[in-house]
Amino acid sequence: MHGGDEVVAAPAGPPQPLDWKFSQVFGERIAGEEVQEVDIISAIEFDKTGDHLATGDRGGRVVLFERTDTKDHGVSRRDLERMDYPISRHPEFRYKTEFQSHEPEFDYLKSLEIEEKINKIRWCQTANSALFLLSTNDKTIKFWKVQEKKIKKISDMNLDPSKAVGNGSVASSSSPKPCLVNGSSFDGSYNNLSNDFFPPGGLPSLRLPVVVVTSQETNLVARCRRVYGHAHDYHINSISSNSDGETFISADDLRINLWNLEISSQSFNIVDVKPTNMEDLTEVITSAEFHPTHCNMLAYSSSKGSIRLIDLRQSALCDSHAKLFEEPEAPGSRSFFTEIIASISDIKFSKDGRHILSRDYMTLKLWDINMDSGPVATFQVHEYLRPKLCDLYENDSIFDKFECCLSGDGLRVATGSYSNLFRVCGCAPGSTESTTLEASKNPMRRQVQTPTRPSRPLSSITRVVRRGSETPGVDANGNSFDFTTKLLHLAWHPTENLIACAAANSLYMYYA
Amino acid sequence: MIDEPLYPIAVLIDELKNEDIQLRLNSIRRLSTIARALGEERTRKELIPFLSENNDDDDEVLLAMAEELGVFIPYVGGVEHANVLLPPLETLCTVEETCVRDKAVESLCRIGAQMREQDLVEYFIPLVKRLAAGEWFTARVSSCGLFHIAYPSAPEALKTELRAIYSQLCQDDMPMVRRSAATNLGKFAATVEAPHLKVDIMSMFDDLTQDDQDSVRLLAVEGCAALGKLLEPQDCVAHILPVIVNFSQDKSWRVRYMVANQLYELCEAVGPEPTRSDLVPAYVRLLRDNEAEVRIAAAGKVTKFCRILNPELAIQHILPCVKELSTDSSQHVRSALASVIMGMAPVLGKDATIEQLLPIFLSLLKDEFPDVRLNIISKLDQVNQVIGIDLLSQSLLPAIVELAEDRHWRVRLAIIEYIPLLASQLGVGFFDDKLGALCMQWLKDKVYSIRDAAANNVKRLAEEFGPDWAMQHIVPQVLDMINNPHYLYRMTILHAISLLAPVMGSDITCSKLLPVVINASKDRVPNIKFNVAKVLQSLVPIVEQSVVEKTIRPCLVELSEDPDVDVRFFATQALESSNQVMMS
Repeated sequence: MHGGDEVVAAPAGPPQPLDWKFSQVFGERIAGEEVQEVDIISAIEFDKTGDHLATGDRGGRVVLFERTDTKDHGVSRRDLERMDYPISRHPEFRYKTEFQSHEPEFDYLKSLEIEEKINKIRWCQTANSALFLLSTNDKTIKFWKVQEKKIKKISDMNLDPSKAVGNGSVASSSSPKPCLVNGSSFDGSYNNLSNDFFPPGGLPSLRLPVVVVTSQETNLVARCRRVYGHAHDYHINSISSNSDGETFISADDLRINLWNLEISSQSFNIVDVKPTNMEDLTEVITSAEFHPTHCNMLAYSSSKGSIRLIDLRQSALCDSHAKLFEEPEAPGSRSFFTEIIASISDIKFSKDGRHILSRDYMTLKLWDINMDSGPVATFQVHEYLRPKLCDLYENDSIFDKFECCLSGDGLRVATGSYSNLFRVCGCAPGSTESTTLEASKNPMRRQVQTPTRPSRPLSSITRVVRRGSETPGVDANGNSFDFTTKLLHLAWHPTENLIACAAANSLYMYYA
Repeated sequence: MIDEPLYPIAVLIDELKNEDIQLRLNSIRRLSTIARALGEERTRKELIPFLSENNDDDDEVLLAMAEELGVFIPYVGGVEHANVLLPPLETLCTVEETCVRDKAVESLCRIGAQMREQDLVEYFIPLVKRLAAGEWFTARVSSCGLFHIAYPSAPEALKTELRAIYSQLCQDDMPMVRRSAATNLGKFAATVEAPHLKVDIMSMFDDLTQDDQDSVRLLAVEGCAALGKLLEPQDCVAHILPVIVNFSQDKSWRVRYMVANQLYELCEAVGPEPTRSDLVPAYVRLLRDNEAEVRIAAAGKVTKFCRILNPELAIQHILPCVKELSTDSSQHVRSALASVIMGMAPVLGKDATIEQLLPIFLSLLKDEFPDVRLNIISKLDQVNQVIGIDLLSQSLLPAIVELAEDRHWRVRLAIIEYIPLLASQLGVGFFDDKLGALCMQWLKDKVYSIRDAAANNVKRLAEEFGPDWAMQHIVPQVLDMINNPHYLYRMTILHAISLLAPVMGSDITCSKLLPVVINASKDRVPNIKFNVAKVLQSLVPIVEQSVVEKTIRPCLVELSEDPDVDVRFFATQALESSNQVMMS
């Protein structure tokens, strides 16, 4: 077992590479089982505390998991350590609940089918132990509240419920005197009961219903509180909630809208990159995120590989950015694919808001928001695919949108790849940590540790051999990749070294 | 079993726990009836505790409950028992839904305002303290709105504590709580004694004005005016004025927008001298702000602001900005300016208006955006009072004509709405020469809404200038158009006739209008015919009995035998109604 929390204060220098271990899997694929399209996970997100995890899938469902290893222990982990108790526990989540967030729809005006696929999930401020989250498909954002409700039974009615027909409800329309129930004649009948009808002491024969809590059992109920729709002409690619707890943004290919959580009927357009003539369109928005602490700052990425930081204080319509992060193109390297592979598929702020992590097709880049001349670090992820770009273009894989994430301490970054692999890289100065893991019960089985400095091509990943895959793409060296199994979505726990990632319909978790 | 007369009330009580939310809502709305049926004592001992536990219901039900409980004092036995109402409302103050919490706070304030002092100390203040120390932000948000009720009756030591708690709330970790504290600061401050106001409240205010979150700072702007009015003028100048000036240069346009919207109230708070020295420059900056939204807000207040200044200051400082704004790059800024600028005329007086303001009016009247022109025209009466219409009329006419022919029908519609106003301002002579033709032209517009509005306009003109004038200038032209080859236009004329008839009176109706209608009953288009039936029906009460007998009824009888079913229907309907009129 390695050090746990009690890592001895290391002398200044890069932290030790992490030793990743398999923790859990949900929805594991049995050999030979065919994955249903609707079950494929399309979004993963931890909440702010890390005690909850939400996944969304192509079938429009949202599944919630909750952490169990911290909750049901009266003693904190630190106390256990002090007692010289071996820490045999690792972060453990359990299935909490699931609900159908979106349904397939049809836009009759535009003759367009609207898929139910969940594109993004974002957690909102927790209140009164109820969980709140936003989920979106291509067009509509929904605000959900998930709350435990005690199972209760009502007894001691004034009118014998057994005499009434129906679900024991006296007031159902099938009651013996339907005209007396909740209708106008009913109103009239007790409006006639004037003040003096009720004796000063009240009527003793009347009873209030008694509510009995039948058991300690609780029911998790998910309710859709608000629907924010009809604000996007193009597909929504991101939503992000603001640190002010009051607003959030939604971004599509050409516009970013600002919403108030309480108001679903209107939103404000804050970025609009749509040219007057659509033929002049050269760049689209691919991802957008609010700064984690500054409520006025947000960043969005583009298909041309640039990240723009905007300040909402400057102007109501933020078409002019406050800062532009772009890497100058290396001279002479231009090819047909240059622009396609430069497109940023995901950006994430680090927890302190100092850095932005971006993922394009080939690399992960870490930017310092105070330095717009270039990234502070570049991690090659797919360099080995460079000779195959033509094939990847042919089969559309080149347009796959891989997500990326940062650890809570900001020392490491992670992103997904093909063949259900994902990479974890150290981004602390001097760190050479670079680990490739497979989303399976044995994540390290293909791992070949070749510590490399960031910015240098990583060859390790090319040596991975995929066994038993149906459509192996074998390269000249006999190495193969499976472009059909891609790990697009992953999330890092906000405070601990725990990564949740999605391989098709399975959710794998790893800890270190 | 329940007696027969009690059956409805028994159902009502049972439905408090029905599965159908609509029925639960209905029962909650009748809570006072239930309380009366149970009597005061059982309401206190059973109903209220029952409601306290009923806190996981749907928000609609909780909202209704929060509202009902606010007026529940009579049903629990009067003010001396008011405290029993606090527990259920306290729970409602902690729910997640904002509107439920707000309503619960409102109800608590209403109850607290009636409670006896010792009860406030014993029950209400502890409640406020509990909420303010709540684990979830929802409780703390609600607590902010209760301090102004709790504070006045608190003993000295508790008062100190309450101030300290409020100060904590102003620095809460959650922006939602700080926003609530900022929103309610003015109300709370109004109850705090002057010495503490200057020290404690002002330091809370300072915290809020320097908050990182724009959303908190902009609420603090609103507090400026409220606090300023509470402070002595010199304190206000010392403490509030610098804050306002700072805010007017805030990095966030939303904060500046708020200042632009509030500046007028802030001026009242600080008094005339500091307004001149500090706020006029601040306002001028806002009028020249980089952000169009801020300029829109500032431009919309230009008249109000000028009213509290003397004319020289307005001419010297504000007017140059107004000139710039009239050529602003944003049409919305110009439009906002156009909607208020006419009000400046009375403030500046005749000379300054002619010399300085008139050129601006004229340039706005030629603006490329119809909204700007429309806004000027809509406020024409204000400038007319100062300089008379003559100076304006030359530019006015082309503007009106252009709007009248605008290709967007909504613009045409808007100008039609102003025609009666223009007519009264411009006078009969001007109107006859220039606008009469336009009014007729609208009756032949391609868009139904315009024709409809034009028919109404004709009626309003007849009211404005009287039947004699209408007889000369409107009626013949309108009646001419009944021969239009297109039936939709003929229908418009029928509509205009039915509107004109009551204004013109019985004689003219009989001699001029009625024959035209009767003639139209022989139209070849059924739609015209059944509209004739409708118009005739409307004419029955206006004309004399004999005319009905001699002219209207025979025509209706004829129509009631028409081959077209709709014509028969409306003709029969008109006949029946004329029968009823005759009988009465």
